[in-house]
Amino acid sequence: MDWGGILSNTAVYIISPVTIAYALAATGLAVHFGYGGLLNFGMAAFMALGGYGYAISVLSFGLPWWLGMIIGLAAGALFALVLGIPTLRLRGDYLAIATIAAAEIVRLLLLTQVFEQWTGGSAGLAGYHAGFRGANPFPTGTYGFGPWTFNQNELWERVFGLLLLALSILLVWALMRSPWGRVLKGIREDEDAVRALGKNVFAYKMQSLVLGGVIGAAGGIVFILPSAAVPGSYSTSLTFFLWTILLLGGAATIFGPTLGTVIFWVVFAFLGNLLPDLAGAGLLPFSTSQAAQIRFVLVGVALMLLVIFRPQGILGDKREMTFVK
Amino acid sequence: MRHRMTALGRPRNRRSALLGAAVAALLLLGGPAAAASAVEQPAASTTAALTAAAPAPRAAAASAPRAAAVEASAILLALRTGPVATDENSPKTDFSFVGNIKYNDRPLEGVVIKISGNGFESQTKTDAKGHWVLYVPKKADYTLTVDEATLPKGVIVKGESASQKVSFGLTGMKVVNLFLGEGVRKTESFAAQFLSRAVQGVNFGLLLGLASMGAALIYGTTRLANFAHAEMVTWGGLVAFIATGMWNLPLWLGLVMAVVAGGALGLGMDAGLWRPLRRKGLSTVQVMIVSIGLSLALRYLFQFFIGGGTTQLPGASPEPFHLGPISLSYIDVISMVVSLVAILGVAYFLTRTRVGKATRAISDNPQLAAASGINVDRVIRIVWILAGVLAATSGILWAYFRPGVKWDMGVQMLLLIFSAMTLGGLGTAFGALVGSIIIGIAIEVSTLWIPSDLKYASALIVLIVILLVRPQGLLGRRERLG
Repeated sequence: MDWGGILSNTAVYIISPVTIAYALAATGLAVHFGYGGLLNFGMAAFMALGGYGYAISVLSFGLPWWLGMIIGLAAGALFALVLGIPTLRLRGDYLAIATIAAAEIVRLLLLTQVFEQWTGGSAGLAGYHAGFRGANPFPTGTYGFGPWTFNQNELWERVFGLLLLALSILLVWALMRSPWGRVLKGIREDEDAVRALGKNVFAYKMQSLVLGGVIGAAGGIVFILPSAAVPGSYSTSLTFFLWTILLLGGAATIFGPTLGTVIFWVVFAFLGNLLPDLAGAGLLPFSTSQAAQIRFVLVGVALMLLVIFRPQGILGDKREMTFVK
Repeated sequence: MRHRMTALGRPRNRRSALLGAAVAALLLLGGPAAAASAVEQPAASTTAALTAAAPAPRAAAASAPRAAAVEASAILLALRTGPVATDENSPKTDFSFVGNIKYNDRPLEGVVIKISGNGFESQTKTDAKGHWVLYVPKKADYTLTVDEATLPKGVIVKGESASQKVSFGLTGMKVVNLFLGEGVRKTESFAAQFLSRAVQGVNFGLLLGLASMGAALIYGTTRLANFAHAEMVTWGGLVAFIATGMWNLPLWLGLVMAVVAGGALGLGMDAGLWRPLRRKGLSTVQVMIVSIGLSLALRYLFQFFIGGGTTQLPGASPEPFHLGPISLSYIDVISMVVSLVAILGVAYFLTRTRVGKATRAISDNPQLAAASGINVDRVIRIVWILAGVLAATSGILWAYFRPGVKWDMGVQMLLLIFSAMTLGGLGTAFGALVGSIIIGIAIEVSTLWIPSDLKYASALIVLIVILLVRPQGLLGRRERLG
């Protein structure tokens, strides 16, 4: 048992691009579900479009990295519009099914051989990093200490991701205490009441879907900063993990999604390192590859228990977390 | 999806195809000697990797019957070194398609290969080693055609036709794999292909209908969009596999066990989870998210026990027989008969029995049903058992249709179940059946026009279009709109 290795591999996930990406996507999901009451089960597609929008802009059209990222965010916004027009009129569970179907369509379109020229098919895309890394303000070298030792590229990815996350959190915080945010929360609590006040409920929901979608797309961009964009990453499991994270931290909270992400990834990485080691040392009655599956089972169980016993999450207020009836 | 056509080169695994191409590219460095040694590797993996790179034959039924039986004997490797025959008219450029044609491990000389597209046309012949190279002016898509008249008699290119679309990957050189097989090129009329696809679509739609009807009954009585229905489907195939494959029980016993286990799972889930949650008064959305959590947990638990691979049930993929243009196996026929019998049984249950009528009453108005003396909890329990049995049956048939038992086979079907339910009108069992058959036919027939790797997307697009124009579904009522 290499406890040092297990702990240091776990500690890496406290601040890693994937953690930051999940935190961004969960924040976007908080705008959708926590504040707007929209059951969006298609967050994986927003992340995919953000990432692929960036990568394709750079690879196929030779655009600079910052413009590629803006296009990635715009792709998220556009998808929100296209998705919202047919689905936002629907009741909760219909909306969930429609969004999950839309996300699967996006994944299949990224996977198919038809658009392989641009999307790379099932192999995905890589090699779009030059521009972003060229803009790195940190000189070549090694930074940090202990498990958080990064080279200049790794540091730049993390700093950039954290900047995006801080911006998003600030934006969500400011918006949710504005009149706009109060109307949105009103729609979550009682749509008809808000409609009776003369508000355009559809427009507010659409704005919420676009805002959350853009934040999710930003998460998708950070997600692919370190290595490559692969369509296999954007399965429905990704969306379900984000929901677990959101409900863990607190759906209608500002810092809940980020807190939930850090807890999720630390526990997930810890189990991912610990269980195979335990199995390898003969302390568990199954193989190391089986041990790696256990943590996915635990995610499912955690999701069930959270929804049943603490739907408001760690940071949430029970009075504010009314699930749509 | 129909694995029995795999010998014709379905793109099952693109990643291994890339691996194959990478191996081929590495061999370039080693020169002819290294490449030759690779040709001698009869390892199944090499063949499989190269097989996977072949383009999807959209209507596999169109190819010759005997071709499927012939082993993929033409292995192709990239060779840049060595003498190659090139058409003098086309100058050497930075972009080329290359290949190597062999049949039964012997290189074929003088096979004419033509390329066209983007206003460019060229052709070449294979040399004594079976090599060919075609240079093209730019990196774009082209159509590559093998002149089958120059192949040995009775040998054709596997797949729908001797032409295929070819495009470049990341580099300026692309290895094109051509697989030869015994057979006679015969083209089928569009109507025949349509009919053949439609029959397979009905077959799939019926087995999908079993699962959807159960899910629709659950939705109707409890308002739960049950994501764990995917795992109830997988459970059927899984138990059948464990009984026959691991415990070596006879097939009939394994199937009976699977169906019984399906009912037991439905009963267990209702008694252990859903009924306590109903008592606790969770909202429908909360219960739906609980079902997502359960789906995740069960799915990975299945993977924990049987691993990530695909395993076959006994007697999978028999030789098909032919009824006119329609190619069917006896399993397809049994599958359709079983589905029909089960569907008729459900129809009888819903329209003729007291419990069935009570089920429909609860779907219409639970409060009123309870007030008129119907034991709602008991009926819901029966519905869960019935849904479990139907899902397990569907899972067994799905395991034969795909074919194979896999830990996430149910998830592949879940969105189709939801699409079928929504299409027919959430909560109506007959609506779900109609929706399933439409979805089944749409998926299979759509492969006549769109690539087969997008056929499931067609069903999901149908779902979204239906939600746009008629959200209550075909047989649903307006009130179900939010």
